[in-house]
Amino acid sequence: MEMVNVIIDGKAVEVEKGSTVLQAAQKAGVHIPTLCYLKDVNAIGACRVCLVEVKGAKALQPSCVYPVSEGLEVHTNTAKVREARKAVVELLLSNHPADCLTCVRSGNCELQSLARQLGIREIRFEGEKNTFPIDDRSLAIVRDPNKCILCRRCIATCQKVQGVSILGTINRGFNSTVGPAFMHPLDDINCALCGQCINACPVGALSEKDDTAKVWDALADENKHCVVQFSPAVRIAISEEFGIPMGAISTGKTVAALRRLGFDKVFDTNWSADLTIMEEGTELLHRIQNGGVLPQITSCSPGWIKYCEHHYPDQLDHLSSAKSPQQMFGAIVKTYYAQKAGVDPATIFSCSVMPCTAKKYECARPEMNSSGYRDVDCVITVREVARMIRQTGINLAELPEEECDSPLGVGTGAGTIFGATGGVMEAALRTVYEVVTGKTLEKVDFEEVRGMEGIKEATVDLDGTPVKVAVVHTLANAKKMMDKVRAGEADYAFIEIMACPGGCVGGGGTPIVNSLTRTILPTDYRAIRGLGLYEDDKNLPLRKSHENPFIKAVYAEFLGEPLSHKSHELLHTTYTPRIKYNLNWNK
Amino acid sequence: MACTCNAHNQEKYQQLDAVIAEYIDQPGSLINVLHKAQGIFGYLPEEVQAYIAEKMDIPLSEIYGVVTFYALFTTEPKGKYNFNVCLGTACYVKGSGKILERVEKELGIKLNETSADGLFSIEACRCVGACGLAPVMTVNGEVYGRLTPDKVPAIIQKYKDLEANN
Repeated sequence: MEMVNVIIDGKAVEVEKGSTVLQAAQKAGVHIPTLCYLKDVNAIGACRVCLVEVKGAKALQPSCVYPVSEGLEVHTNTAKVREARKAVVELLLSNHPADCLTCVRSGNCELQSLARQLGIREIRFEGEKNTFPIDDRSLAIVRDPNKCILCRRCIATCQKVQGVSILGTINRGFNSTVGPAFMHPLDDINCALCGQCINACPVGALSEKDDTAKVWDALADENKHCVVQFSPAVRIAISEEFGIPMGAISTGKTVAALRRLGFDKVFDTNWSADLTIMEEGTELLHRIQNGGVLPQITSCSPGWIKYCEHHYPDQLDHLSSAKSPQQMFGAIVKTYYAQKAGVDPATIFSCSVMPCTAKKYECARPEMNSSGYRDVDCVITVREVARMIRQTGINLAELPEEECDSPLGVGTGAGTIFGATGGVMEAALRTVYEVVTGKTLEKVDFEEVRGMEGIKEATVDLDGTPVKVAVVHTLANAKKMMDKVRAGEADYAFIEIMACPGGCVGGGGTPIVNSLTRTILPTDYRAIRGLGLYEDDKNLPLRKSHENPFIKAVYAEFLGEPLSHKSHELLHTTYTPRIKYNLNWNK
Repeated sequence: MACTCNAHNQEKYQQLDAVIAEYIDQPGSLINVLHKAQGIFGYLPEEVQAYIAEKMDIPLSEIYGVVTFYALFTTEPKGKYNFNVCLGTACYVKGSGKILERVEKELGIKLNETSADGLFSIEACRCVGACGLAPVMTVNGEVYGRLTPDKVPAIIQKYKDLEANN
């Protein structure tokens, strides 16, 4: 790699040719403020916050797109630079609602931080403000274009990371805004509701639909029996909300916090992740043995499912009919658990804490009522549950470790790794191997399906029968894989697809990691969270779903066996072909 | 108004297919396709944009972004008789603002609107290259110069008569 020498604020630094001034500055230990920049996603020089003085250049230059050259001399902290940055942010603020006190992003808003960092004490420019309608119709995502600063980070994420391209810039000049084509509500279009746009947004223009009030109401209702489940990724992601280092596991503290919020029973989605493996693994074996449609593709990720329904409606028979762990859990709570605990299912309020915005949509799908009731009543994201915990004055970090309630409170290591890309595959392989071969799997770690590579492949030897599998994360990679599936070129038996980068640990409902943190972290934050789950798996006494005693119990006492009539009724589902665009010419 | 006749519509889409086929291999040719599509359909409704998105494998959000960025593209159907009032510098100082006001008043619609019967629409432009005749207005490309507000009703009547005789 060819290197060039540059001088940043008097400090000599050697960087790779093709780097930007911003990257060179980072290497020199100089942090240039940014706003529209998002590492690996968006570098377009649009916001002009990262302006620097380049020796020899006439005007100030945006460092996020200015390429380095040999001997380049840059000053990042001159009076001229500071004034220019300040003016840029003041102009942004002149057309921004000054409602920080009540904004969902107060405290972790990048515009707010910049205003503080640049010492802005008044907004000198007063003028017209945009008034766009707020789109809060979907169950998952709220879009408030009045707070949008046109950084285009959401557009780049939707287009480059997810390949769905729902969001784009609309109009020009002062009327510019960001939204879906024809300003359609997200509800009406082919949006997967994955929420990755929220994670990319520096301000409060995109946020999750806040359902905390519903949960508080249920908790306050004496006639309700409130049950909560929390997903594998939650135990990792929640740590960051309470100052616990990224990637550290907080299972026991999460249980303690949920109990203190007032839930009657605190259960673990890891349990139903194990149940999913039993059903989905058995389904896979059936398909292989009976000449069923292959490859079978996982169905845990509701964003992926919605994407597939809109974009590959002709390929739905590849999807496992197994419900996601959240929905299996919901169906079991209002049947098996209700019977066992002697609780009227009509009085159960079934809440789930998820790293995901699309789960809010999933629980409301009309078919998700196989218990005779709405299987899951309310989904809140990690950010929302953290908000609720803060409202009580509890500091999760200081809580003791507590255990989940029985009987839906024990999960295996196989369940816990569901939260990372490759985890469902690994969990399935651990069980399928032992079921097929009748032998004990000595090495439970399937390293080849772990990690942040977009599409991973592995061939597993099931006692002489090689089984080819693939693991995919992000919808852009899902598109690549599905094009192969559609063309009949995907010779895999089983494919795991997760909508979000890194799997659920990178979900649209996880704590928002700001641009600066993403830039200075040594590795992708989703990889750090994922490693925490693998660590948790390593330390759990049981690491194979079929060894979970409470899974054995639910089959012995209630379901019979995987794919039994009752399992089919409660734990399996159907999919709906949907349209990509409203194409009248098609009719 | 857009023709609702299926056969006619099919013919338009066939023309559009030919345009797309001409440009599909040229990167950066979206604007050309949109321009010609507007020529075929008279405007760029959602289904036409979605059709182009599908056929050219360009996100609909990107196409809509281009359509809303350029003033020459419209997502609303134009009237059968499109009044285009020049608001360029020369016409403007010669009082074309008053001409526009009078056209709006006489037709009972505002700038960038189309009458309910689909006959009339009003647009504004930034110079038709006939500054010597300022203030200028065109109707379906026919130029009317040296206008005063009081000349407007007769021009409108001309098109109403034309329509009545058709």
